[in-house]
Amino acid sequence: MQYLPNILFAITLVLGIGYFTKNVKKLIRNIKLGKDIDVSDNKPERFKNMMRIAFGQSKMVRRPIAGILHVIVYVGFIIINIEVLEIIIDGLLGTHRVFAFMGGFYDFLIGSFEILALLVIVSVVVFWIRRNVIKINRFWNKEMTSWPKNDANYILYFEVVLMCLFLIMNAADLTIQMMPGAPDNDYANAGCYPVSQFLTPLFDSFNYSSAVIVERAAWWLHILGILTFLNYLYFSKHLHILLAFPNTYYGSLKPKGQFNNLESVTKEVRLMMDPNVDPFAAPPEGADGEMPSKFGASDVQDLSWVQLLGAYTCTECGRCTSSCPANLTGKKLSPRKIMMDTRDRLEEVGKNIDANKGEFKDDGKQLLGDYIKHEELWACTTCNACVEECPVSIDPLSIILEMRRYLVMEQSAAPAELNNMMTNIENNGAPWPYNQMDRLNWKNE
Amino acid sequence: MSNELKVPTMADFISEGKQPEVLFWVGSAGSFDDRAKKITKAFVKILNKANVDFAVLGTEESCTGDVAKRAGNEFLFQMQALMNIEVLNAYEIKKIVTCDPHSYNCLKNEYPGLGGNYEVIHHTQFIQELITSGRLKVKGSLYKGKRITFHDPCYLGRANNEYNAPREVLNNTKATIVEMKLHKHNALCCGAGGAQMFKEPEKGDKDINVLRTEGALETSPNIIATACPYCNTMMTDGVKAKEKELEISVLDIAELIANSEEL
Repeated sequence: MQYLPNILFAITLVLGIGYFTKNVKKLIRNIKLGKDIDVSDNKPERFKNMMRIAFGQSKMVRRPIAGILHVIVYVGFIIINIEVLEIIIDGLLGTHRVFAFMGGFYDFLIGSFEILALLVIVSVVVFWIRRNVIKINRFWNKEMTSWPKNDANYILYFEVVLMCLFLIMNAADLTIQMMPGAPDNDYANAGCYPVSQFLTPLFDSFNYSSAVIVERAAWWLHILGILTFLNYLYFSKHLHILLAFPNTYYGSLKPKGQFNNLESVTKEVRLMMDPNVDPFAAPPEGADGEMPSKFGASDVQDLSWVQLLGAYTCTECGRCTSSCPANLTGKKLSPRKIMMDTRDRLEEVGKNIDANKGEFKDDGKQLLGDYIKHEELWACTTCNACVEECPVSIDPLSIILEMRRYLVMEQSAAPAELNNMMTNIENNGAPWPYNQMDRLNWKNE
Repeated sequence: MSNELKVPTMADFISEGKQPEVLFWVGSAGSFDDRAKKITKAFVKILNKANVDFAVLGTEESCTGDVAKRAGNEFLFQMQALMNIEVLNAYEIKKIVTCDPHSYNCLKNEYPGLGGNYEVIHHTQFIQELITSGRLKVKGSLYKGKRITFHDPCYLGRANNEYNAPREVLNNTKATIVEMKLHKHNALCCGAGGAQMFKEPEKGDKDINVLRTEGALETSPNIIATACPYCNTMMTDGVKAKEKELEISVLDIAELIANSEEL
């Protein structure tokens, strides 16, 4: 029975990490439903972008209040995770504060974890107030329906609870350490408790064994909380804490104004323009396999895997939408909604595949129309404000463009005025109905 | 005195066996839109004044296809691009300047993938070069004491990271440059990009150009400076919507320089 806690801990750990791994595999499978795209170039530059934008949070601080608070929570979580390492070793080996042998350095570590934990609590409280009391616009747009709003708040609650458990655990530990006549065992003097020392009065009336119960309960709840949070990620916008890194790595390196040229179109246009091609010739044997199945995108499988990765990375902060000229003037377009819709549809397709033994069965739905309306797509000015704003290098504009391509090239479903404009270009080389021969008339006017 | 404009075509140059220093890509707006034509002429006056050996394609120029591409018509874009590239490559064009950030972006970033490789610069960058190299002297003080606010075009600014050239050119006018709250990478679009110029806006509660104009009016400017023919139209309409057209003029940077030098 002596090893029961160790065994329980090991089982918990395996279950927690196992379920997470299962979902990560599903996540990768779903992302790979996207079209292949070559992003193997410029590795040093990509790595630099990842370090600067994701690790260094360079774009977060463009909005200083949210940015600095976010940096605190981010640093807090990264650094406090060193503590998780100790907890896991303790849990598996049945030790207590196994790193305590580091002496002064251990005191420094625990001391800084505590200060960070307090700062995290303060930041999270401010975040909660910004969302729920001040009601900052970007957290209350139309696409922020009940789940996105709850999801955001659950994450904040999780973080406060985890930090509180960490501090209570330390306070109980310190209480035991200072207890006169406590049995001389695991609870040796170790650590430095700049924050939790103020919580010890809570346990003044506790005897040794009840203090140990509090300490053990907080310890267990803390690690259970972390494992739960880890498994919550897949279902939440909070996935960004992991995916921000690959997403900034694979983010576009081209000038923002450069839209990709469709190679499949180039082939066809070159054929059309080649005077040596016989337009009535039958296609050579086996050549019809080369025709692209579709121009542009109507569903998630038509997008690239980098675009799908972006959908999972989106943390719904709404900086894109709050800077979108169409959205600011009351149009239906919201770049954040484009990303949220893409993720929702991708999840739906993933579940469809799970339910049909690994094969997607047509469900009569698609991203375009069922999730994203034409009206949203046609409201975009392609100004790149959303792309510029995104703190994790997501490109909603590229998805909008792919869907416009589908509407125009597959369905001829552009607004009538745009069709006029395009006919003008085809006929006389200008978006207006003027003759190309009059192009230089301005010189003499 | 527009008949004094010297606007040689590439065909003229070739017939004399010469190559110009730079090709001026006028663009569809610059060729046909009444307001944009004034910008084209102002820029030509600057080129003439600085003795720049330039040429235009004239009737051999066709739409870049940029607007078709943004609208989703990749076929039409590539047809236009390949036709233009054939012409440009036949003339062995190396360097292109244009007053339209959309043409600038398209020629600079999207033509290379289709076989059109040129050094492409925006007219604000070109004017800045002319000033720094001493080929153009800006001495006039027409705008001294005036307040000018500059509206960043999306396809020059965010799309291609050029925020300084237009501002540095403006500094030569001796006017006071006042920045809008949303400027440089935060600048708000005028509402014309992405083919919006050619269609009615979707249903909303305001027009984008009006919102942008309100941002400009907050700086109490005498002049709103633009660097794109479409922005110019949108901001002009915005100023009219706010009934400020008698107090505030909307002028392209090329016009400001040409006016300042009484060209």
